[in-house]
Amino acid sequence: MIPFTQSLIIVIAAALTTAGVRYLPFVLFDHGKEPPKWIKYLGDVLPPAIMSVLIIYCLRNVNFLAGSRGIPELLCIAVAVLLHIWKRNVLLSICVSTVLYMILVQTIF
Amino acid sequence: MIEILKKSLKHSLPVFFGYIPLGFAFGIMLSEAGYNPVWAFFMALFIFAGTGQFLAVEFLAAGADIPQVILLTFLINFRHFFYGLSMIPKYKGMGIRKLYLMFGLTDETYALLNTTSVPEGMKKEDFYFAITLLNHSYWIMGCVLGATVGSLVNINFEGIDFVMTALFAVLVVEQWKTHKKHFPALLGFAVPIPALLLLGPDNFLIPTLIVVSVVLLCLQGRLTKGGDRL
Repeated sequence: MIPFTQSLIIVIAAALTTAGVRYLPFVLFDHGKEPPKWIKYLGDVLPPAIMSVLIIYCLRNVNFLAGSRGIPELLCIAVAVLLHIWKRNVLLSICVSTVLYMILVQTIF
Repeated sequence: MIEILKKSLKHSLPVFFGYIPLGFAFGIMLSEAGYNPVWAFFMALFIFAGTGQFLAVEFLAAGADIPQVILLTFLINFRHFFYGLSMIPKYKGMGIRKLYLMFGLTDETYALLNTTSVPEGMKKEDFYFAITLLNHSYWIMGCVLGATVGSLVNINFEGIDFVMTALFAVLVVEQWKTHKKHFPALLGFAVPIPALLLLGPDNFLIPTLIVVSVVLLCLQGRLTKGGDRL
C-alpha cells in the first residue's frame, strides 16, 4: 500500500479535477457565449475513443504469453459485451461478467 | 425541506437501485486495495463520480503520479462538461444552491433531471436540489456499505476489480450503439495497443491520450462532414 499522504493527494487531485470539469462549462459559458465548434466536436468523438482506451488500460498488466494468458479476461469481456448487446441492462452485464471472472480466477486459473 | 425530499424520493428510486450496487462494488474494491470505510465515505462525498472513483482505486493501488491522475480523471469526466453546458439554461436563477447542483451533475442525475418533469406544486429549484441530494446520499450509502462489508466479511473477493473492465466494455457497446461513426472507438483501440507494447504498462497512457486527441482534432473536417468515410 502507498503512504497515507500520497493516497490523500491522489484522492484530492481526483476530487478537484472532477469538480473542475463540472464547474467549467458554467464558468466559461454562463453569460450567453456560444462554445466553439471544436469543443462540441470533441464532446461527440472523445467519449467513445476514451472508453476503448480504458479497456486497454484495464488489461495493461495481463500477460498474454504466460500464466492464464488473458483467457479469463477476454472470455468475461466477451460475456459482458454479448450480454449487453442482447439485454442492454448495464447492471446485469456487469454483475454476471464480474462474478464469472471471480469464479474463474479463484477456481480454474 | 423534509416534505420536498419525501415527494422527490419516488422519482429518484431508479437511481437508488443503480447507485447502491455500483457503490457497493466500489466499496469492496477499495477495501480490497486496503482502504477503510472512512476513505469510501470521503471519496463518495467529494468525488461523487462512478467511473472516476473506480479509476481512483486503480490509481491508489498503483501509486499513480499526479499528472496521470489529473489528465485521465479530466478525460473520463469530460462528458460532464457537456451535461453542464446543456443545464446552463435550466440552472439559471437557482441562487446559492446552484454551486451544489453543478458539483452533483453525474450521469444519472443528468439523465433523471432531463427525463422527469417537476412534480406539481413544487418549485423547480427545490426539486433539482432534492434529487441531487438524494442521489448523492444513495451513492455515499452504497460506497460505505461496500467498504464496510469488504472489511468485515471474510469472503475471497479476488477478481472484483474486473467490475471496472466490465463497466468499460459495457460503455463501449453503449457508445457504439449511439454513434453512427465508429472511427473514434476503433482509434481508441488502435493507438494504445502498440503504445503499450512499446512503452510498457506504466508509461503508455498519457502519450496514448495525447495522440488520440490530436488525431481526432486533425480529422474534425472529415468526421463532421456528412460523409461516412470514417
